[in-house]
Order: sequence, then C-alpha cells, then structure tokens
Amino acid sequence: MIAYIVQRFLQSVLVMAAVGFVAFSLFAYVGDPITIMLGQDYNETERARLAAQLGLDRPFYVQFFKFAVNAMQGDFGISYRLARPVSAVIRERLPATLELSLVAAILALAVGLPMGVYTGLRRDSWLSRVFLTVSLIGVSLPTFLIGILLILVFAVILGWLPSFGRGQTVMLGWWSTGFLTASGLKALILPSITLCLFQLTLILRLVRSEMLEVLRTDYIKFARARGLRDRAVHFRHALRNTLVPVITIAGLQLGAIIAFAIITETVFQWPGMGLLFIQSVSATDIPVMAAYLCLISFVFVVINFIVDLLYYVVDPRLRIDRGAVGGHG
Amino acid sequence: MAEATEFSARQGVATPPPGVLKRAFDSDVFYSFRHSPITMLAAAITLLGFIGAIFAPWLATQNPFDLRTLNLMDASLPPAWIEGGEAKYLFGTDNQGRDVFSTILYGSRVSLLVGVGSVLLALVLGVGLGLLSGYVGGTIDAFIMRVADVQLSFPAILIALLIDGITRAILPREAHDAAAVYVLILSIGASGWVQYARTVRGSTMVEKNKEYVQAARVIGLHPVAIMLRHVLPNVMGPVLVIATIHLAVAIITEATLSFLGVGVPPTQPSLGTLIRIGNNFLFSGEWWITVFPGAALVIMVLAVNLLGDWLRDALNPKLR
Repeated sequence: MIAYIVQRFLQSVLVMAAVGFVAFSLFAYVGDPITIMLGQDYNETERARLAAQLGLDRPFYVQFFKFAVNAMQGDFGISYRLARPVSAVIRERLPATLELSLVAAILALAVGLPMGVYTGLRRDSWLSRVFLTVSLIGVSLPTFLIGILLILVFAVILGWLPSFGRGQTVMLGWWSTGFLTASGLKALILPSITLCLFQLTLILRLVRSEMLEVLRTDYIKFARARGLRDRAVHFRHALRNTLVPVITIAGLQLGAIIAFAIITETVFQWPGMGLLFIQSVSATDIPVMAAYLCLISFVFVVINFIVDLLYYVVDPRLRIDRGAVGGHG
Repeated sequence: MAEATEFSARQGVATPPPGVLKRAFDSDVFYSFRHSPITMLAAAITLLGFIGAIFAPWLATQNPFDLRTLNLMDASLPPAWIEGGEAKYLFGTDNQGRDVFSTILYGSRVSLLVGVGSVLLALVLGVGLGLLSGYVGGTIDAFIMRVADVQLSFPAILIALLIDGITRAILPREAHDAAAVYVLILSIGASGWVQYARTVRGSTMVEKNKEYVQAARVIGLHPVAIMLRHVLPNVMGPVLVIATIHLAVAIITEATLSFLGVGVPPTQPSLGTLIRIGNNFLFSGEWWITVFPGAALVIMVLAVNLLGDWLRDALNPKLR
C-alpha cells in the first residue's frame, strides 16, 4: 500500500516537473521577452538592465530553479499582454471558471445518472431510444456549436437569457460569485448547459453499459431468485456496483470540464481562465500560458492521484494487478 | 475480415475460395452492412461529403476566395427559399457576397484534409509505438506506456491547443498562417496516438506468442519484418474501428480549434472558421452564415460516428 502510494506520488511529481520544464522552456526559448516588453526601440543599456532585472543573464539551471521556486509560490511573472502580475489576473478569473465548472459537473451527474439507469433498465422502451439518439447527437455536436445554437434560440430569437458575460457578481473577499444575484444565475444557465452536455452523454452511456453488464451477472439472478423486488435488485444490487467506475470517471471528467471550459467561455465571453488562456495563445502572452498550463496540470495530476487511490481503496482486485485497468475517460 | 470469411465458410455459404470481391460480398461485415439501412445512409453521406470536398472547385457555383467573382451587391442575402433570396445562392451569402454553399464545399475540403491527415499521423505513430511496445517489451514498453498514461490523463484538445500555441510562438505570423494546416495535423495527430498504441500493444502481446510468429522467428526473419508483415496484419481490425471514430473526433477538434481562432487562418477557412465568422452576424439575424456550415459539420461527424459504431459491432460480434 505504502509502496503503491509512493510510486504514484513520485509519478505525479515527475509529471509536474515535466510540465514545469515545458512551461519554463516556453519562457526561455520562445520569443524574446525583452523585445516584447520594450517594443522595437530600445538601446543596449536598457536591454542589459532589464535582462539583469528579469534574471535572463543567469545560467539555464539557475533560471529553471528560480522559475520552479517562484511557480510553487504562485508567482509566474508579469503578463506581456496585460502588464499586470499573472497571479493577480488568474486569481481574478478563477472564480468564474470554477463556478461554471461546478454547476456543469453537478448538472451532468444529476441528469446523466438517472437517464443512464433508465436506459439500462428499460433498454427497449421508446424513451430509451430517444435518450440514446439524443446522446449520439450530443457526441457529434461540437461544444461550441451547441453554445451558438443555444444563443441563437434563447438569446437572439426568444430573448429570454443573456448571451454573454456573468451578469452581476458579488464580491466575497477576493472571490467574485454570480450565485447571489438573479442576473448572475440567469447568465449561468446557457453556459453550464453547454459545458455539461458532452459529459452528460458520456455518463449516460457509461452508466447504461455498466448497468447492462451488471444485470447479466449471477448475483443479480440470485437476488431475483430470492424473490427480491425489482426496486431492491435494481437500486441496491445493480446500481451500487456500477457506481465505482462512474465515480472515478466522473472525477476524471471534472478536470476535463475545467479544460473544456475554454470553449464554452469563448462562446459566451465568460470572463474565466479559459477565455484568458485563449486570448493569451492568440497574443503569445507566454507567462499567462505557462501559468495556466501549470495550474491545469496541477489540477489534473491531483485528481488523477486521488482517483488512483480511490481505485485502490474501493476495488481489492487492483491491489494485485493495477495494469489491467486503466480505461479511457 | 479473415475470421469473418472463415466463419461463413464453415457455415457453407462460400465453400470454394472465389475472387476477393465475392469473398468480401459474402463476408459477415458486408452482410451486416446490407442489413442496416442507417449504416448505408451514413456511408452514403460520408462518401458524398468526401466527393463534395475533393471536387469542390467543380461543384461550387463560385470560387469564394477569388475576389473577382464576388459581388458586394449580393452580400448578406438569405437562403433561396426565403423572401429576398436568390436562386443561384441556395444557402444565401455572407457579408462579403460569398455563396455560403460554395464556402461550405471549400471549407469541408480543409476540414477533411486536416481530419484525415491527423488520423493517419496518429495511426502511424500509435501503431508503430504499440507494435514496438508489445513486441519488444521491457524498458521500452514501460517507458512508452508511462508516457501514454500521462498523455491520456489530459484531454486531447488541451494538448492540441498547447502544441498549436507553441508553434505559434516559435514561427513568425506569416509562416504560421502558411503552415497552419500542417501545424493542425501535427497537433491533432500527436494528441491522438495513445488509443492506437494501447490497443495494438495489447493484441501484439497476444499474437507474439502464437505459433506463426514463433515459426517466423525460427526461420530467422528480422524482428522488424516479423512485426510489420506477420503481426501487423493480425492486429489491424480494432485499429480500423479506432481510426473511424478518431476521424469524427479529429474533425470536431479541428473545427473547435479553428472556431477558437487558433486553427486555420480566415484566408483558407475550414468549417470551424466559417462558423466563427458567421458567429459575428448571429445577432443581426443573419443566422444562415453560421447554421449551414454548422449543419454540414454535424451531419458529416454524425455519419462518420455511425459508421464507426457499426464497424465496431460488425467486427466484434461478441458485443451484440
């Protein structure tokens, strides 16, 4: 157990180091920050002064070490595009993305799970067919197109909901929340539906196939033979056993939701980290790109680590052979 | 495929080994194809999409990127069946007087080129690494699979975005615009190889212990020859399924990147770029500039997805 945790932990650290190195290489070798900061007109003394100030005249490993230490303290330097500290910019944008992702994740689970259970239990009913057809369309519709169509229908044609922004927000310390005002909640509806749809279909299909698999097993037949009610068989025996993969995949998908928020935020001009990242990619604002990369990787690594541990706790079979299970999110 | 013919041969459907065409026609796969109208429709749509893309210059009513053929007087016309529309612009025109139908044909050209290109890249990369990993084993296997694990824990679109972002930062703007299609193929292809590698590695580890591989080893064939000529043909079935489904994913990824503005430049738009451009006119009521390219994209992806689902079931009768 301890060895397993240590091994997983070391791997996580290694991944973070690799990501940090990529981020640092971006800094060190892509573009010339001095030219970007000073513009085209500068003289050599100015250049040398700025280079010394930014530590660019030091050897490679010193720079990397400094970068790593700063990054761990959340200091990623100054944004080229906004001329403000990256950490301040990200802290400003973080609540928007997290609130949106949280609502989308809850929606996806709260709607996807029951739909999946239903289609698994009543696989031949017409409603199941409708759900499955809709889910196939959900997989084939790119996220941004769903957003555009929702805007077209609910904002342009019907005029019920806002098409961009967060509405009014309330500051709780440094955290700006849209949960407390009517316009903030209204603004959340379309983006969160857009963001959750793909994950919803994924959970639907996963729960359905797991249910079908479990319903075929001997212990379900035995439970039926004992004369248990359908309700008890379905929910106490079948559903519980499908939940292990569902919970782990759902956990992994939380990271994916934060990443996919890039698309949703662009469509709805939602002032979160994803929109910030896209603007930074277009403007080659490398400090922000590097910071976003490190932050999102950190989220992913932590989630993966926790999920790996959960697997281990929940399923004793894995204590012998971990390699056989991996699955794709 | 080989298994399928063997199966029908055992049932006495095709006893003598006839020509390849006849064999293909009698195979299980083709049987299930003939008995699934939805699959046939999906195949027809996919084929139509590819024909439309390849022969775009001959099928389109105008070359939307030749400024001489554009007429600003015809800008922002609605589709032909709505009042104010003109018959020669079936799906209407955009703000510069470009025929939306023609831009869709030209746009799907770029979309499919990037889609097919990145699938091929991912396939070659993934199958190669998977074969190597499964056949050689040991440290190489452990290393490749670790990298695959790590890459799989990040969504493909994030990796594609990152690769695209880095090349964008390295190359000057003009060079990047010129090479945008290849950069996209590289970033989408490089983000999609893991699925292939995992599957091929699994089946290679099963195949390499079979008699025919041992026989090939005994007669002294080079390991590379064994991998490519003996193992590879026997692990390609599932790869075909993955490639089909990956094509749909790759087309969506390309469209998404282009929509986000980090894909192909507007001078050479794909379906995603067209949707991005049209999105600006959504609020002035000119919905057709966005909706028709979007519909074309969805129909194409849906058809390819259906084909992939069918292929998976047809090649793997256990699932039914």
